[in-house]
Amino acid sequence: MNILETIGVAPFMIVSSILFTIGLVGIFATKKNLITILMSIELMLLAANLNLIAFSSAYSNITGQIMVMFSLTIAAAESAIGLAIITVYHRNRHSIEVRKTTMMKG
Amino acid sequence: MQPMDSSFLIVTLFSPLFGSCSSGLLGKMLGDRFAKSVSILGMILSLAASWYIMGHIVYSGPQDKLVPIATWISSSTFNISWDLRLDTLSVSMATIVTSISFLVHIYSIGYMSREEMPTYRFFSYLSLFTFSMLLLVTSCNLVGLYCGWEAVGLSSYLLIGYWYTKPAAVAAAIKAFVVNRIADLFFLIGISLLFILSGSVYFSDIFQRAPELLRTHYDFIGYDFKACEMISFLLFVGAMGKSAQLFFHVWLPDAMEGPTPVSALIHAATMVTAGVFLMARMSPILEIAYYTRALILIIGSITAFFAASVALTQTDIKKSIAYSTCSQLGYMFVAIGCGAYQIALFHLTTHAFFKALLFLGAGSVIHALHNEQDMFKMGGLAKKLPFTCVVMWIGSLALAGIFPFAGYWSKDAIMKSAWMYNSNCSYFAWVITSLTAFLTALYSWRLLFLVFHAPSKNQALTSKAKESPSVMINPMGVLALGSVCSGFILSSYYIGSKHTHFWGSSIFTGTNNHILSLIHRTPLFIAQTPSILAILGILVAYICYVRFPILPTKLANSFSGPYRFLINAWYFDRLYQIIFIKPYHILSKILWNIGEKEIIEGAPLIIADFTQRSAKTISRTQNGSFALYALTLVIGLVIILTTFLIYH
Repeated sequence: MNILETIGVAPFMIVSSILFTIGLVGIFATKKNLITILMSIELMLLAANLNLIAFSSAYSNITGQIMVMFSLTIAAAESAIGLAIITVYHRNRHSIEVRKTTMMKG
Repeated sequence: MQPMDSSFLIVTLFSPLFGSCSSGLLGKMLGDRFAKSVSILGMILSLAASWYIMGHIVYSGPQDKLVPIATWISSSTFNISWDLRLDTLSVSMATIVTSISFLVHIYSIGYMSREEMPTYRFFSYLSLFTFSMLLLVTSCNLVGLYCGWEAVGLSSYLLIGYWYTKPAAVAAAIKAFVVNRIADLFFLIGISLLFILSGSVYFSDIFQRAPELLRTHYDFIGYDFKACEMISFLLFVGAMGKSAQLFFHVWLPDAMEGPTPVSALIHAATMVTAGVFLMARMSPILEIAYYTRALILIIGSITAFFAASVALTQTDIKKSIAYSTCSQLGYMFVAIGCGAYQIALFHLTTHAFFKALLFLGAGSVIHALHNEQDMFKMGGLAKKLPFTCVVMWIGSLALAGIFPFAGYWSKDAIMKSAWMYNSNCSYFAWVITSLTAFLTALYSWRLLFLVFHAPSKNQALTSKAKESPSVMINPMGVLALGSVCSGFILSSYYIGSKHTHFWGSSIFTGTNNHILSLIHRTPLFIAQTPSILAILGILVAYICYVRFPILPTKLANSFSGPYRFLINAWYFDRLYQIIFIKPYHILSKILWNIGEKEIIEGAPLIIADFTQRSAKTISRTQNGSFALYALTLVIGLVIILTTFLIYH
């Protein structure tokens, strides 16, 4: 018995959009830590993955789940790179506060 | 033989262009020597070809044909091809132009030898001028003639301003250009009107339709004019500009700022006579325009008198001769006004010889005195410059019209025709030109006595004078020969018994125009008057400047009003200053302060100011926080997606 058949695809989408919104707000509401932004990006990616899995199950098509496997791998690599960037940033500026990153000011 | 003539005419026209281009473009690389030789080579070719055609015409009768070169403008009703007109009028003019130009080229080698700047530019301009002038005289339609007309104006501008470091020369060049442009506007309107009324700009078509133009009327600002009068008036105004007639003469004396060979070639012998040539070329239309011809008579005679009177008081040797040129051009227009086009061209030809000679002689004096032009600082040069003195005497004798020099034949013919033309205007013209004949002799001998025979006033200047080199003397010798002989050699061809055979159909004479046969029936006393007056003028000059040299100063002091009137050239420059230049200055200032500064410069400034201020406001959003950038990005994405989803 598939749980999808009883509750449908909608609750999955609600959860994933809540996750996505939390991630989104996390990006531009963060004032303190750069790592929080990295985490928020991960959260948005996972929300998208949840959507993929839900629809893959609903349509009995395995492609979506394979896709998720790939994107998870890439996300891991990406966060590793992100952390590395933050490490280097900290080494140069001695701080990873978001408020102080205003070099792009026009 | 026929095709030979055509190709010779093409050689005549294009070899100066070749000389000009190669000396002008390659002169910098290959040096002055090359430039001089190549431009003179071009002139030799041109000279030989033109003399060949002239000889052929004299030998085997007049021709009238077109030599096609290229198609120029081809539209539905306005078709112009570049054809050369080979007839006696164009060939005789071309021969004069190439002959004088060749001699001036040779003379320039000597005259320009002390220049510090390289002179290839000078020779290139001289050859360019020759090409332009040949373009003018050989054209078969008015538009081509106009092109040549403008091209000679351009080369005149370039040559007057040749010494471009002299502010006076630059100002004179611009003055010549602008004054000519004003007259050219009338000329251009005349051509357009002629095209509108006759449907063609080709001489042959226009002349066929000339009788129609007599019947056509043209309505201009409410007045009804005969088309032929209107057109010939407009063309005459154009000719007045180029030929420095009264009101348009102001550029000619100033043009003397150019090198003297230029004055001899352009401002005495050839370019300034283009107006006379144009009038002779348009003879079929002028023949029927009686009122315009009367106007030409009056303007011509007044110009002759005006310029001669001003020449009396000039101190600059070149300016004195320049006013003399202006005066002689007036004579030519008197002949045109009488319908004696052949006589006008005859005087044009003889004048080209003796006036070029006078200018080259003056150039030789100036060269010997290291650019001193004030006659009152010269004196006693007859022993120092014997050859120059002799040729200047010959030139002056020819100018004054003393038998048997060239001027006697042509100038007397003009005055005879003025008498025999038998109208009120022409009697007026005869009286004025007779008076001018007296003045002509007076100012010519004033020049001769002051420069050559009076005691020297500046020993330091004149004692070092040396006769010019042979490269300058020989061209003067040739011109002196021409000034002696051209009168009686050419008179039978130009105006005498052979004239109908010589001119052929190139000059149109109406059925009731018998002026050329009438002049032989002039009463003896009338015919002798100019010569008597000229001799009287010489005597007066002798008394004033040799016997009693104190007399002119006394006269000038006791008649200071008229003297100042003459030395300021009848206050024409002052008058134009008040009428044209001052209002123009004021208008320009107003346009500069309001039009330029406020509107043309002001509008972009306002736009720039607005842009700057709005940019300052908007740039506050660029605060460098990428959180805000991300928010903006998301908002934009949402808006785009929403729009897409709603309207998809």
